[in-house]
Amino acid sequence: MSRLQTRFADLKEQNRAALVTFITAGDPAYDTSLAILKGLPKAGADVIELGMPFTDPMADGPAIQLANIRALDAKQNLAKTLQMVREFRVEDTTTPLVLMGYYNPIHNYGVERFIAEARESGVDGLIVVDLPPEHNNELCDPAQEAGLDFIRLTTPTTDDNRLPTVLNGSSGFVYYVSVAGVTGAGAATIEHVKEAVTRLRRHTDLPISIGFGIRTPDQAAAIARVAEGVVVGSALIDQIANAQSADQAVSGVLKLCAELSEGVRKARVS
Amino acid sequence: MSQTETQYRNGPDVRGMFGAFGGRYVAETLMPLILDLNREYEIAKQDPAFLKELAYFQRDYVGRPSPLYFAERLTEHCGGAKIYLKREELNHTGAHKINNCIGQILLARRMGKKRIIAETGAGMHGVATATVAARFGLECVIYMGTTDIERQQANVFRMKLLGATVIPVVAGTGTLKDAMNEALRDWVTNVDSTFYLIGTVAGPHPYPAMVRDFQAVIGKETREQMQAQEGRLPDSLVACIGGGSNAMGLFHPFLDDTSVRIIGVEAAGHGIETGKHAASLNGGVPGVLHGNRTFLLQDNDGQIIDAHSISAGLDYPGIGPEHAWLHDIGRVEYTSVTDDEALTAFHQCCRLEGIIPALETAHALAEVFKRAPTLPKDHLMVVNLSGRGDKDMQTVMHHMDLSKQEKH
Ligand SMILES: Cc1ncc(COP(=O)(O)O)c(C=O)c1O
Repeated sequence: MSRLQTRFADLKEQNRAALVTFITAGDPAYDTSLAILKGLPKAGADVIELGMPFTDPMADGPAIQLANIRALDAKQNLAKTLQMVREFRVEDTTTPLVLMGYYNPIHNYGVERFIAEARESGVDGLIVVDLPPEHNNELCDPAQEAGLDFIRLTTPTTDDNRLPTVLNGSSGFVYYVSVAGVTGAGAATIEHVKEAVTRLRRHTDLPISIGFGIRTPDQAAAIARVAEGVVVGSALIDQIANAQSADQAVSGVLKLCAELSEGVRKARVS
Repeated sequence: MSQTETQYRNGPDVRGMFGAFGGRYVAETLMPLILDLNREYEIAKQDPAFLKELAYFQRDYVGRPSPLYFAERLTEHCGGAKIYLKREELNHTGAHKINNCIGQILLARRMGKKRIIAETGAGMHGVATATVAARFGLECVIYMGTTDIERQQANVFRMKLLGATVIPVVAGTGTLKDAMNEALRDWVTNVDSTFYLIGTVAGPHPYPAMVRDFQAVIGKETREQMQAQEGRLPDSLVACIGGGSNAMGLFHPFLDDTSVRIIGVEAAGHGIETGKHAASLNGGVPGVLHGNRTFLLQDNDGQIIDAHSISAGLDYPGIGPEHAWLHDIGRVEYTSVTDDEALTAFHQCCRLEGIIPALETAHALAEVFKRAPTLPKDHLMVVNLSGRGDKDMQTVMHHMDLSKQEKH
């Protein structure tokens, strides 16, 4: 079983949802970002999404755009992101880690080389925002053959006709983007999320994680009652943006992560 | 060669690929919209009612056909090839951009969309979009980088007069690429109401093919006009390249006529060797941005490098995928021209022909000044005069002041 499968199976047994946290690799700089990454599992993150910075993050709102700029200004690149994963894996061999980003830096790095190094460094899965299933042959297929999960985004515009196309070749979990929009924008109503999960259930047995617009422990708890995973990104990244020092960035992210985790852990108990 | 036998005009394939270029590299939120647009466009382009309406607006609103004008003084000055100008600057709003805007707005209306968004660099596409949106009573939002707003203020004012909202984009260098990112972000947010009216032959499929089809009226007319005036095909075609729409519009109907030499002119900015340029084919490598695989200016880490050109409309780090393919297979030759060369050509065109060209267009003219003198007098050369230069007064004045200061 892959790390993602094991983790979601364990959590199912415990009857709770996964807290999935997103940060951008190298934001605000390599060492601070690595310290945050290493601290996340202890602060309650069940699955980690690590953003690969790109100059033109077309599907991201201001918070993650700025995170990309900070990371790139600090000279983050794909090789360093893979190095971060290696350093993370020295201490943590169980928390699933998924790289998330845009295709061009991977295309430039070389798909084959990227897949091989991602495997070797301890990456479990990939989310590539601008690679729809129409381009599966480029990265999704070879990545899966090499044992990496390929996680797909599904959205409010992905209708029943299209869902099978999107889910075909999905593995690890399914990421439901609950609002049509960029990251960091408004949240969907819980009714919308419930409906969407019901609809997705008809098409897949994979765990479903919900993201976009989730910022507080209460919101996280509400989602944790209806889905297998709760993704939080921009709210964590705001902690980095607002920090006065590297230490504050680390403690700010980990504190919020712990609060979100508590929300998720208590969600189905009461 | 008959119209059905084609070596170069059958792209793209169903996946939107021209060879290894093109495609649909977009976020899932947009995929259904793009498929929907593709479906609607495929139906519309076969629908006689749609084509009739398009022809009507091209004639009575845009003012087509645009003349193919023998530039006698330019020809004399160069002392070689016989130079013709395809007068796209005489179109309503002053550039070729409206050819595409009329087509897309009719499609938007057909699809029941109420809100139009667009990106713009020089502001010509923004003005053309605001114009057709006003004509059809649709809400219009234009994204424009802050650098471009600064250097194209007249066009910003024109868009506002036409009732459009102009949203300044500060990200990156505040130029066309950044405006396009922001327009895409708007589109993923307003999927139901909004039609994204892309201004060049770039973006995800079907945009490169659709914009080309709407612009191909330029080349079709040129063929007929040249037949009527000279009784034969031209020997060469020259056009400037930002995203590549005016060039593709002129080139496409001639691609299978292998006797016709075709030359696209990229912006070399301060010179390709300086790194400050906008020549994606001459100074870039293949990658994926804004929905398609094409040649891009990027660093060794696959990060996009900001383009530089004196002309806002060429200031883009990518190029339409069909051009990337034509470059790859060698059917079209792509050269480049620096800011200074373009400025010189700009002044010469003003003085010799009494036509003030856009700075974008001046890049094509600079190439003509290089080539025409070396060619025989019976060589027929067509230059796409893609737009007029009224919008560029401020930039040109600024550069004339600078060169005066340097002389003192
Ligand atoms: C007059 C003129 N020519 C050319 C261009 C470049 O665009 P394209 O390469 O799509 O024709 C522009 C863009 O703004 C323009 O305004």
